[in-house]
Amino acid sequence: MSPRVVSDPDEAVAGIEDSSTVLVGGFGMAGMPVTLIDALIRSGASDLTVVSNNAGNGDTGLAALLAAGRVRKVICSFPRQSDSWVFDRLYREGQVELEVVPQGNLAERMRAAGAGIGAFFCPTGVGTPLAEGKETREFNGRIYVLELPISGDVALIAAHTGDRMGNLTYRKTARNFGPVMATAARRTIVEVGRVVEIGAIDPEVVVTPGIYTDTLLDLAAVRKGGS
Amino acid sequence: MSVVEHLDRGPRDKNELAAAIAGDIPHGAYVNLGIGQPTLVADHLVAGSGVVLHTENGMLNMGPAARNDEVDPDLINAGKIPVTELPGASYFHHADSFAMMRGGHLDVCVLGAFQVSEHGDLANWHTGAPGAIPAVGGAMDLAIGAKSVFVMMTLFTKDRIPKLVSACTYPLTGLGCVSRVYTDYATFEVGAAGARVLETFGIALTDLAERLDVELRGHVD
Repeated sequence: MSPRVVSDPDEAVAGIEDSSTVLVGGFGMAGMPVTLIDALIRSGASDLTVVSNNAGNGDTGLAALLAAGRVRKVICSFPRQSDSWVFDRLYREGQVELEVVPQGNLAERMRAAGAGIGAFFCPTGVGTPLAEGKETREFNGRIYVLELPISGDVALIAAHTGDRMGNLTYRKTARNFGPVMATAARRTIVEVGRVVEIGAIDPEVVVTPGIYTDTLLDLAAVRKGGS
Repeated sequence: MSVVEHLDRGPRDKNELAAAIAGDIPHGAYVNLGIGQPTLVADHLVAGSGVVLHTENGMLNMGPAARNDEVDPDLINAGKIPVTELPGASYFHHADSFAMMRGGHLDVCVLGAFQVSEHGDLANWHTGAPGAIPAVGGAMDLAIGAKSVFVMMTLFTKDRIPKLVSACTYPLTGLGCVSRVYTDYATFEVGAAGARVLETFGIALTDLAERLDVELRGHVD
């Protein structure tokens, strides 16, 4: 089924329920779906678990969602940054729970969820506090840790261009977690710089095939005053 | 093998360290430079080194930091600094980027450290101090993934406590993963057989041995 193409951010995120697990794309601000996050804040959804590489930068995007008090738990690899003051304050006040996951495990656990893998053995973190309490097993003389998939109720990601089939291309390092998160959620909502007609994207350069895309928010239409 | 003691000079500064590491990176290697001081190594790679830089946020053949109108918010490195792309660059998503790392396809990574043990254990992500917010990023994946892990650090803390130790007291990043430690006062090889000094700078080997609480192999007689 082709994705819904919308020009209203509030319509794009409608139906995200309280207590959802939300995968949020981006590495720092590159690839951060800021328009969708702003709409999620307006939607009032709360008690969210957010899975993202960082825990917000500055006062916009994910940081604004945190500041609005909508997030119960953050699963990320790197919360502490020079401009993560919103998260830092909430964490120190005990208002948000944190699960730190090595960055590669974060990506691979979502990849596993999207690919139907029940669990996998990974060498990262063996002998460290982040592997404590996890099952380990030796293969060919090396120790591995059992890691479980991370799936989302919804993924919010940003891409460069999308066609009406939902095929996506990204730009430079703004790609980061987008293609993986797109596969790992029951519902994937994508904000794109522009929406093009079917056939306008060379099939050889499609990064995320349209099967993963449920809703496309056309930022060009938003800017024109579509909402 | 005898140790080279450079006694006619002081300890190395961070640029000298970066140059020494750059000089030891094999021609044509695929290399990841950790955030912070290790990024200085890029400035010392000579033209024609053939080294391809990997950044874990999804790029190979990363170029130098972007200046002025080169700045593009979609093109950043792992430290979120705007960078440039070199001809032949490629982009890929995070799962591929870390598969590349974990799968042993990177030749060298250079990381900073709080502590390294004589057996190559690395502690560089968390001090464990009360109130400290833990943040690991890609450090654990890099530590176990790259074929060679070089550490670039000062040998002592500001309080003059050695950072090369017999066993790490900070939370670990990886076990037995570091092969070489470049510091202001000395370069060491570390691993299963323990620590060996390769060179010293501004300190005699006997004085160095006295200031460290690890057994150093390769002592001069």
